[in-house]
Amino acid sequence: MINTKVTIAGVELKNPVMTASGTFGSGMEYGEFVDLSRLGAVVTKGVANVPWQGNPTPRVAEIRGGMMNAIGLQNPGIETFCSRDLPFLADYDTAVVVNVCGRTTEDYVEVVERLSEEKTVDLLEINISCPNVKCGGISFGQNPDSVEAITREIKKHAKQPVIMKLSPNVTDITELARAAEAGGADALSMINTLTGMKIDVNRRTFALANRTGGVSGPAIHPIAVRMVYQSAQAVKIPIIGMGGVTCAEDALEFILAGATAVAVGTANFRNPRTVIDVIEGIEDYMCRQKVEDIRTLTGAVR
Amino acid sequence: MEKSILRASVLSQEQIADQIYSMWLQADAIAKSAVPGQFVSVYSNDSGRMLPRPISICEADRDNGRIRLVYRVAGKGTAEFAGCQAMDTLDLLGPLGNGFPLERCPAGRSAFLIGGGIGIPPMVELSKRLEGRVQVIAGYRDELFLTDELAANGELYLSVEKDDLFKNLSVGADAETDRFLIEGTVPEQQEDAGIRSVWHGVTHGNVLDCIRENQLQADVIYACGPTPMLRAIKAYAQEKGIECYLSLEQRMACGIGACLACVCESAEVDAHSQVKNKRICKEGPVFAADEVIL
Repeated sequence: MINTKVTIAGVELKNPVMTASGTFGSGMEYGEFVDLSRLGAVVTKGVANVPWQGNPTPRVAEIRGGMMNAIGLQNPGIETFCSRDLPFLADYDTAVVVNVCGRTTEDYVEVVERLSEEKTVDLLEINISCPNVKCGGISFGQNPDSVEAITREIKKHAKQPVIMKLSPNVTDITELARAAEAGGADALSMINTLTGMKIDVNRRTFALANRTGGVSGPAIHPIAVRMVYQSAQAVKIPIIGMGGVTCAEDALEFILAGATAVAVGTANFRNPRTVIDVIEGIEDYMCRQKVEDIRTLTGAVR
Repeated sequence: MEKSILRASVLSQEQIADQIYSMWLQADAIAKSAVPGQFVSVYSNDSGRMLPRPISICEADRDNGRIRLVYRVAGKGTAEFAGCQAMDTLDLLGPLGNGFPLERCPAGRSAFLIGGGIGIPPMVELSKRLEGRVQVIAGYRDELFLTDELAANGELYLSVEKDDLFKNLSVGADAETDRFLIEGTVPEQQEDAGIRSVWHGVTHGNVLDCIRENQLQADVIYACGPTPMLRAIKAYAQEKGIECYLSLEQRMACGIGACLACVCESAEVDAHSQVKNKRICKEGPVFAADEVIL
């Protein structure tokens, strides 16, 4: 018998595999391809206090081994989310992590307070690392003082445990990891996308209307593994690793580097069943390597 | 949970114009349920290319479970598809999107099927499925393609803006049918059998010039092509008070409505997004012209 259960801030997940925010909607579309109840958790697309229009198109471009996006956190706002998306997720036997975005601290707090009444929500993931919006997002996430301050403010209002989602677009991610921990974060997730640019040589313009976008996919996986490893040495709170996971091996690298759980993002676009393949691949690995409890793998490589 | 990517066998591959390829694939489930105007996501066999390419369905042969994709090579992904030969396989997801509303052109009504460039292929299956009168207006730039298929199921009118192509179409009126035909394009055996690649007219101008020159009329318009063309068709339809459906295109990632990459601006607040935009892959790619801002 193998045990794939992990615990994040007191919330038990049946396995360590979740979806990366923004790549999976609220699960409705992907629920036609996979049984959402098999997932450790569904992490929703970022939701704000009011609906957001998002950026102009084109919003995505492919790169070798990944993609770039500048969706701009388009979302229907917290009220529609609570009346439509949460009841949908409540029918599945999976943990629900709601990703929260905002332009100001007050925006974040408003969403967090609204969600405190919702029993379906197990964890909050605070997006202070989106590179594609002018206000909010990454502007909170690149300075340790502001990370600590917003974490502390959100913790004052949050009923559910708080995961702070960190940006890789910094000199030393461990400073931000420590700052979030000092602010009272219950867990960290990393990494959000890396800021990049692609030029369309035929049209002689930027491939994305936003000019810059977030790079994701296998191309960033080694960077993310390194940052998870460094952060795991720096903080005591659990880390959710993400960035370019396409298979169980990619996921296990994160876990061995120090992550308690992992998220699958861009790979969902290539194969909607990737999350299931990763879960089954981890189980196979544990059987083959005679690992009884997945928790023994977390941070096993030092 | 019933949905999944399926592995399809390539049956044939043919270049039908410069950079334009025609590929038949064995894809029973897709062929069975496809509606004209829907698309499929085609996945690269190279794991380094993560995103599927959305390609419209040109023909769906329900009896034999085959679909035809006619596409332009625009980059490395589509170049890979063009290199696929019979016996090769490609992963497909589909049919995706909504498709054209066929019921808006029942027997007794008439339609314009307007295709521009690589927007022409979906008009082939549409021309076969409509019960009303089909008038196809096809806008070409450098080279003709799919004319036989389009002429087989409706009255075909060509719009050609480039001088060179227009001059090369040395047309002459066929006395018996009062139709036009291209000299030298009909293979001899077919000509002997009485088969002709025929169309009703060629206009030196855009698709709307073509409609005006031939004094065509319709109750409903179905269109697919470049945005400037769709914008002009929308204005024309509004002016004439004609019901109009436009198939839009945009860069996509997931293809199933989750990622919000392929949105278009909508006239009203959309029920799903709660803002003024709609997902082309999910609510579209076909929209009533009034629904969208181009």
